[in-house]
Amino acid sequence: MTFPTKILMWPQIIRPALIAAVLFMLITGLLYPLLTVLAGQTLFPFQAQGSVITRDGKTLGSALIGQNFTQPYYFHSRPSMTQMTDPNDPNSSISHPYNPALSAASNLGPTSKSLLSSVHSRVQEYRKLNDLSANTAVPVDAVTASASGLDPHISLANAYLQAQRVRVNRGMSQEQILAVVKAHSVPRTLELFGEPRINVLQLNIALDEQFKPVLPTTKLHENNHEE
Amino acid sequence: MLITIAKFAVVLALMTGLAVIMGMYLARVFNLGSHSLAERQTYRLLGIDASTEMSWSHYALALLMSNAVMMLLGYALLRLQTWLPWNDLNIAAQTPDLAFNTAASFITNTNWQAYSGETSLSNFSQMAVITFLMFVGSTSGIVAAAGFMRGMSRSSAQAIGNFWVDFTRTTYRVMLPLSFVMALLYIWQGIPQTLDSSAVVSTLEGAKQQLIVGAVASLESIKHIGTNGGGFFSMNAAHPFENPTPLTNLLHILSMLLIPAALTYTFGSMLMKRKQGWVFFGTFLVLFIGFLALTYHAEQTGNPLLSALGADQSVNSLQGGGNLEGKELRFGIADTSLFVTTTTGATTGSVNAMHDSLTPLGGLVALAQMMLNCVFGGDGVGLINLIQYAILTVFFVGMMIGRSPEFLGKKIEAKEIKLVMLSVLAHPLCVLGFTALATVWPGTLDSLNNLGPHGFSELLYAYTSGTANNGSAFAGFNANTPFFNTTIGLAMLLGRFFTMLPLLAVAGSLAAKKTLSESAGTVPTATPLFMFLVVFIILVVGGLTFLPALALGPLVEQLLMLSGQTF
Repeated sequence: MTFPTKILMWPQIIRPALIAAVLFMLITGLLYPLLTVLAGQTLFPFQAQGSVITRDGKTLGSALIGQNFTQPYYFHSRPSMTQMTDPNDPNSSISHPYNPALSAASNLGPTSKSLLSSVHSRVQEYRKLNDLSANTAVPVDAVTASASGLDPHISLANAYLQAQRVRVNRGMSQEQILAVVKAHSVPRTLELFGEPRINVLQLNIALDEQFKPVLPTTKLHENNHEE
Repeated sequence: MLITIAKFAVVLALMTGLAVIMGMYLARVFNLGSHSLAERQTYRLLGIDASTEMSWSHYALALLMSNAVMMLLGYALLRLQTWLPWNDLNIAAQTPDLAFNTAASFITNTNWQAYSGETSLSNFSQMAVITFLMFVGSTSGIVAAAGFMRGMSRSSAQAIGNFWVDFTRTTYRVMLPLSFVMALLYIWQGIPQTLDSSAVVSTLEGAKQQLIVGAVASLESIKHIGTNGGGFFSMNAAHPFENPTPLTNLLHILSMLLIPAALTYTFGSMLMKRKQGWVFFGTFLVLFIGFLALTYHAEQTGNPLLSALGADQSVNSLQGGGNLEGKELRFGIADTSLFVTTTTGATTGSVNAMHDSLTPLGGLVALAQMMLNCVFGGDGVGLINLIQYAILTVFFVGMMIGRSPEFLGKKIEAKEIKLVMLSVLAHPLCVLGFTALATVWPGTLDSLNNLGPHGFSELLYAYTSGTANNGSAFAGFNANTPFFNTTIGLAMLLGRFFTMLPLLAVAGSLAAKKTLSESAGTVPTATPLFMFLVVFIILVVGGLTFLPALALGPLVEQLLMLSGQTF
């Protein structure tokens, strides 16, 4: 082994190491991301700011981030495990579905009692809410929590099972609701990648624009059935 | 099913094509021709002479020293976060043990995250610490491979190249331009890229949502090209802002495989042994396809305990089914399985689903690939790890037929085998030693999110991921304690440098030897037979080392799940 002599250490190893750290921090850590900001903001300003949907000057949410829906005249998103700081106790957290300020998942394994009891109660609730018989198999996406807690999509199977409830609560005909759901189904990319799906927020926005709910809006409440 | 097979085939075909193009390009970058103006200016600033080459020890020392200084700089910036710009959300500085863990994690290309990006890092830190360390960490791996390959290709030589030149050229010619182009594609697909920190919107039901944004796209591109893996957001590439569409998911997967796969071609090209490069590529591919099939099968079959409760996991025209706990619907089972297999194979550690909620066999694949650490492997180090197994294979075969082992025209002697064994043994010693320590250390079990065998898997996963420089986690596990921050930080450093340095020494030792011409007694290494021998050796060595630990975790969990036992 031939370790460099002391004379070589400084000019060939230590000095370049010190300079390289600062130089490459400036180039890769500041110059590159800032140039990308400039290019992104110029070429794709809508996406670069988070794809925020605006209607009549109001921001309704991001087209990519799911929202929590509890009203019967809306299609409901998947269960979400995101939380927020308890307003009464800053050291603990409470359930707060679809909180994009801190993405979260259950991280429960397949043999977890806690996971299984959550799924059990979600299945029961889903059947009750959508007026389904006690032996209807519930689409798996409707009763399992997503990875981000912000999943904007549901499966077509899930949407069709909810369609009846939404239809009644908005006084729509069978053809109308099916047409809206169909119009919002997203196919696989290049017929190969991803899964066929429906963006719940965009579907609900379309419903609000075309078909007003018939029932009086019940008072909004924190519905934390996802736990 | 047909769509899934077609999808896998298309991804593997794309990956192979890109590997050839990138492999040729990398060989040109490493075969030093003329230097560009930016490069010459950089050499001047660094005060180095680009024409001076270094011995292996000199080269390794430059790598170590530069990484040490960069890690310290990252640590300092994390500790000073509150004083630095672009911290609109007033995020506090990281604690000393957490900042050590973060800096060690990103410089070693691990990207283990004991923190949540949304609440622990300012926009400045995401750029000047995280993005910076992602670049230099991954580039160091590639540069190590460049020195390694150059060493193997030379005969009776003392030098293996100039570290600073390789580092500069790889950064300027490969990492920066690729990351920039990919970042633009990502922004087009919806990944944010802004200096703002958040945007508040009011939802359809009238609640407030605080969207966290930032310079995400520029981080996301180097994160995958550099097989880094640390997310801008807590939930990493499962977050819609990090991975909004099936197309970004595909680009992530191809980016992760790009350089590890391409380096096999570069190797063949630099050693003028094209067939040998393809044999190494084939070795990666055989292992990858096997693991992919297992993951996909396990996740699509799903969790029988959920079916019993009335959840429908079947595939039909309206849904993809499968075990969707901890997964995103836009990816479904097939695209998620591809991602899981890629990220743990190419030791990236980015996740588009929560590995903690995978089925036992899906989790087993993730663990096993990191334990083997050479199913493509990380940028640069994957190839180095594979060649270490190839040398071991030559040695075993030589022993069996009673000939002195040769590899690529070089005699493999006691010195090389000792160095290879140091690296082969350091990895499991680190994984299993630390896991064993953690199971008996007081208070550690409070960090677990799951009970029963799955809880043990969480511990095992943490040290496997750290040592293999992967960075993914069974993320229910709370790693942000002084004990875990310190031991996992050490595992990352040991895992990185105890494989990289001995193998650089091997390259230095082989470079100094004369290249012998093949004789009738030489075991041919550029054949399909040799490929399967290497696969066999990898599985035997890995199996003998890790099966007992896997039996205590995912294997017993699978049996208990099938028998309906819960925790």
